[in-house]
Amino acid sequence: MASLARFRTAVPRRVSLQPFARTIQTAADSTQLQQDASHSEPFSVKLHEDSFRGYRTDTPSLDVDVTKEDMLKWYRQMNLIRRMEQAADALYKQKLIRGFCHLAIGQEAVSVGMESATTFDDNIISSYRTHPFVVLRGGTVKGLIGELLGRVCGVSKGKGGSMHVFTEAFQGGHGIVGAQVPLGAGLAFSEQYLGRKNATFAMYGDGASNQGQVFESFNMAKLWNLPCVFVCENNKYGMGTSAERSSMNTEYYKRGDLIPGIQVNGMDIIAVHQATKWAKEWVTSDKGPLLVEFVTYRYGGHSMSDPGTTYRTREEIQKIRSTQDPIRGLQRYITEWGLATEDDLKAIDKEAKAEVEAAVEEAKASPFPDEKELWTDIYAAGYEPPFMRGREREEVHHF
Amino acid sequence: MYRSLRALSRTSRISRRWSSTQANPPPAGGHLPSIATSAFLKPTRDVSLRTPGLRWVDPVDTDPAHDMVGRETRKMNMYQAVRDALSIALSKDDTAVVFGEDVAFGGVFRCTMGLAEEFGRERIFNTPLTEQGIAGFGIGLASMGHTAIAEIQFADYIFPAFDQIVNEAAKFRFRSGGNYNAGKLTIRCPSMAVGHGALYHSQSPEGFFMGAAGVKIVIPRSPIQAKGLLLSAIRDPNPVIFMEPKILYRSSVEQVPIDDYELPLGKAEVLTRGNDLTLVSWGTPVYHCETALKMLSHPPQSIAEHVPASLRSAKVELIDLRTVLPWDVDTVIESVKRTGRLVVVHEASRTGGVGAEIGAEIQKQCFLKLNAPVKLVTGWDTPVPMVYEKFYVPDAIRILDAMMETMTY
Repeated sequence: MASLARFRTAVPRRVSLQPFARTIQTAADSTQLQQDASHSEPFSVKLHEDSFRGYRTDTPSLDVDVTKEDMLKWYRQMNLIRRMEQAADALYKQKLIRGFCHLAIGQEAVSVGMESATTFDDNIISSYRTHPFVVLRGGTVKGLIGELLGRVCGVSKGKGGSMHVFTEAFQGGHGIVGAQVPLGAGLAFSEQYLGRKNATFAMYGDGASNQGQVFESFNMAKLWNLPCVFVCENNKYGMGTSAERSSMNTEYYKRGDLIPGIQVNGMDIIAVHQATKWAKEWVTSDKGPLLVEFVTYRYGGHSMSDPGTTYRTREEIQKIRSTQDPIRGLQRYITEWGLATEDDLKAIDKEAKAEVEAAVEEAKASPFPDEKELWTDIYAAGYEPPFMRGREREEVHHF
Repeated sequence: MYRSLRALSRTSRISRRWSSTQANPPPAGGHLPSIATSAFLKPTRDVSLRTPGLRWVDPVDTDPAHDMVGRETRKMNMYQAVRDALSIALSKDDTAVVFGEDVAFGGVFRCTMGLAEEFGRERIFNTPLTEQGIAGFGIGLASMGHTAIAEIQFADYIFPAFDQIVNEAAKFRFRSGGNYNAGKLTIRCPSMAVGHGALYHSQSPEGFFMGAAGVKIVIPRSPIQAKGLLLSAIRDPNPVIFMEPKILYRSSVEQVPIDDYELPLGKAEVLTRGNDLTLVSWGTPVYHCETALKMLSHPPQSIAEHVPASLRSAKVELIDLRTVLPWDVDTVIESVKRTGRLVVVHEASRTGGVGAEIGAEIQKQCFLKLNAPVKLVTGWDTPVPMVYEKFYVPDAIRILDAMMETMTY
């Protein structure tokens, strides 16, 4: 046995098959200007050559055309979202938001970048870290904060809470890990069946990627050539377990077997924008499903009850915050390329802060749902059971 | 997993018990009812068209008196009636699609025979063996406005889809504040015992869904019921799980109206009237109850000595619950208030079953009217056993015994 033990120690713990392979670039500010930035016309920029990696496919072009208008809009949106998430954090700590709350601070480039390359006709369905999509896809900050506070003005009438937020152009908001992925296959099937050229983005995290139903969905989608983009938002941690400790293969874009995939720098919004545009083009030209992995990072804990520092070091978080922050990266592009001054950007940020503050106050002023809402939306109106039991013995609601 | 159709849809052969020392052996068919002779099945056009609660979807004209004019019926067993309902739903609703394991070639029980040829393979398609995926896919499809009719090949396989049904489908409307729902989803699944299905082909999982407010669970007992209830289920704006007792697919035969009609969900049907005892059941055991009622009034000689003469003229009210969630509390309460006695019969095991829920509600609502405790006749708290399936399923003798015990309490 002693000799066996000796053998074991000789084997390296982690064998890397490609020790010299280059890893994905995750800096938020590695894109280079190709020509003078125009203030009115689209201008060309070049993404870092390691912004994408492909599996069974080429990668999107590194040359991207952007406009000043777009970049300032993204900046505004990303700031608005971060301010909103910070407000949610504060409201939670004041015990005004109860229950569950998962914040997307650090991952803003993914939602804003995806939104920039899709229309409201495309479908996006995601998990429970989805506050940004509400404000990006037809909802308001007030509607989102109201939902978190459980108020009538909330996007789900205050009945869904943080995990269950929806708009007409955003299919939610699903609290069960991975459960929205097969739904996404259904959405994509509907688009295919109706012959519409819309893309469906079924999103999940690195944690959910190990759910059996995710693979069931891959299989159906490839089998039926569904126009579905499976988007893995890899923020490195599934709850409190790092990707390396939970997944036998952490290259999530390769986990679709026959489904091609790309890995994308999820911290650089220009890369996210380019990848989403490319993915949409892919699925709407009948090439079947596609996997897209956005490599990103969550600054906060998994949910509000998780400080986020027990399974990773504060230094790790601090390092990414200071070197790879998506908002700061975009800010650098804008100022270095002469699209706006720092003062202009500060003004935008200030505006976003004011908008969130006003929305929080408005949402707080909204009442809690009426008691009768306990019995509505369970069954379709007019098709309910004759009665349902309430909170105590004598409380029976008759429809 | 054993998915062969033929082995399961064949009615079981009765083997004689050579070791029995009984002087008078039980009849060759056992005490199980002969579904073929059941009075609850409607053998002629006239009685078929008069099915209680039947609502024609396309009325002849505004005068309800003309409703039966020109209506035709055709002899069908239950799988043909299910197929007929699917065909109507598909032809009237362009968004309707049927999918599940092996449904494109007809399904293991022939419920989707020829639908792919008739409506196209884009609308009737096979899925992988992927129950959780089927349910999730169906919910997504339904939320886009499609009429999604999924088949889970056996109700026993519904458990991988349990999360999708309970957490996604049932709660979709509520948690989105009415923005989205999976109301256009119907999940069909063959359930209940077949005689030799054993652990994974004879279960009745309806009880597991009782707490899932937002879904409905419907279990028909006959071809006419299956067609009408299935059309209602498909059109009901709530997700519905439709459990078809698989032994009745071929054994129950009726004259079924060929037109489009619906039967109400959430409404029980009183099959026999009476004031002495209320007997509640659904699906296959309804016929066992019928046999037990015959045994009570005209006991065969072999058991006559055990049936007190005073009970033989008892009038028992037999109720087919039809919808298990939400179940028709009012009809059962009204009945028990008259009879003072309740026996509930179901195939699923007892603990945490639907019978327990009915018992609890009735003892609360009718406590002062009850003359005996609510009695449950159910499967045992064991897996459905292969060779002992006949002893697992509540048969007429056990129902008879329960009725006598309740009436002489």
